[in-house]
Amino acid sequence: MTGVNTTALAVFSLLFGLVTVLGFVAARWRKADLDQLHEWGLGGRRFGTLVTWFLLGGDLYTAYTFVAVPALVFGAGALGFFALPYTVITYPFVFVVMPRLWSVSHRHGFITAADFVRARFGSGALALAIAVTGILATMPYIALQLVGIQVVLGAMGVQGSGWMADLPLVIAFVILAAYTYQSGLRAPALIAVVKDAIIYVTVIAAVIVVPLKLGGYGKIFDAVPPEKLILTPPRDGNLGQFSAYATLALGSALALFLYPHSMTGVLSSSGRAVIKRNTAMLPAYSFLLGLIALLGYMAIAAKVDKAPAYAGGFRQYGANFAVPALFLDSFPPWFAGFAFAAIAIGALVPAAIMSIAAANLFTRNVYREFLRPTCSGKEESTVAKVVSLVVKFGALAFIVLVPQKYAIQLQLLGGVWILQTLPAIVVGLYTRWLHRWGLLAGWAAGMTIGTWMARVLEFKGTVYPLHLAGWTVPGYAALWALIANLGVAVVVSAALGALGVARGEDATKPEDYGE
Amino acid sequence: MTAKKRRRWPYHLLLIAPFVGTLWVPFYDAVEPKWGGVPYFYWYQFLWIGIGAVITATVYLVTREPEP
Repeated sequence: MTGVNTTALAVFSLLFGLVTVLGFVAARWRKADLDQLHEWGLGGRRFGTLVTWFLLGGDLYTAYTFVAVPALVFGAGALGFFALPYTVITYPFVFVVMPRLWSVSHRHGFITAADFVRARFGSGALALAIAVTGILATMPYIALQLVGIQVVLGAMGVQGSGWMADLPLVIAFVILAAYTYQSGLRAPALIAVVKDAIIYVTVIAAVIVVPLKLGGYGKIFDAVPPEKLILTPPRDGNLGQFSAYATLALGSALALFLYPHSMTGVLSSSGRAVIKRNTAMLPAYSFLLGLIALLGYMAIAAKVDKAPAYAGGFRQYGANFAVPALFLDSFPPWFAGFAFAAIAIGALVPAAIMSIAAANLFTRNVYREFLRPTCSGKEESTVAKVVSLVVKFGALAFIVLVPQKYAIQLQLLGGVWILQTLPAIVVGLYTRWLHRWGLLAGWAAGMTIGTWMARVLEFKGTVYPLHLAGWTVPGYAALWALIANLGVAVVVSAALGALGVARGEDATKPEDYGE
Repeated sequence: MTAKKRRRWPYHLLLIAPFVGTLWVPFYDAVEPKWGGVPYFYWYQFLWIGIGAVITATVYLVTREPEP
């Protein structure tokens, strides 16, 4: 890379400035008392179908996704496409489960999933485990959003030495922290509308312009090495990529809506019907994600990794540089700036929502539960605002001070961990048969086994080969850990039930879950 | 649960279809037949995004709850 791409940078800065203004203006949108946690942290639970669509779309399909999914396809081929079945099957699951959670949360004023677990099982300890898991899984995820910004800044030639190198990133994050502090969830909700509009324009332009240049989709797929084009079939008693693909898709689909930032998006909606309608509308983003994944193949066909102009970028950012290089290669500079703004702003929306979600968890399930049970609504909201700052600057420090690969490894681990909250939250929505201590034991087993498997894999991946009756079944460690989790939860619950150990009080009633 | 709701409940079984269609990899791990140069593996999974959306929309519409 030689020098700063001024045209691209100007367009980029203009769009970035626009969303900054929006972020601050958002405080006046649907004006309410932002000193109440449900107003600051859930937007007053008043977001309708369209705002929820933008908010969840901006929240779930993050900048990191837009960089990392095509990077995976660029490097690993077909296996990287598991993002597609993953986002297909997550919505039927959400359709059935999340309206129940919305209803009971609306009835009881729950802000977090851990609030629900606390009330359902009468256990502060179990709720703490759920809250801590959520916070741990979210932190590296926020850090990774910054990687998206870093890569596009690098692609525009913005670089320096020493602490100057990180200055643009720090500025972007200070701005983000300031408007999130002031406007709460309203800021990302409003910015998401702009972000999604420019993302759609960028991707639609890319999937039309790039194939025209490369001679059509047939040519693009022909450029992909045949062994990468489809999955390797099972052989010699090893299910190979087949089981890896399916378990990655299933495990990720079940985990997606357990993440605190997804919960925040769901609970901020104005009703059950809004959630259900969105399960039919959000697949539009899945389609977009599929197209973005194809950009990985376009980068192969355009041979950007062989071009001397991008060698520096690939050296510094690895496969994550594939899409930025493709944009620089295919678009005029002003449109490249537009596309990079899409990625950078695409990082701000989820980073804001994630920090709000983590702040809600800390405030509700640690601070109020264990430190200040009698705190007022205003104090609660103030603590959450401050925690959202701490969380964001923690993520910033992490990405600036620690090598990037640790953030990536922790995020992989976060996916394994968050799935271990499924029995308490999802099974808990239907039955109290599982005992609170059984759930806690299952959670501990799942966390331990999942982390152990990741460690055996040297934190490089999450596909663990399980050996079953002479078969080798490579699969997503999160799913293996969840099976162990459920097994332990059932056995311990049965034992505790037989011994007559007291269950906690259930503060919810069956009719709270329906419409 | 009202009698009407109970009668409409089986529509929810439709929601299982996307899981079967996308998680059983042997259904689609093939290059041929291509469609406009796109291998089967890819267009088949893209197609399921649309089918999935139509299914959730259908189940929503036939089991619709009264607006509060």
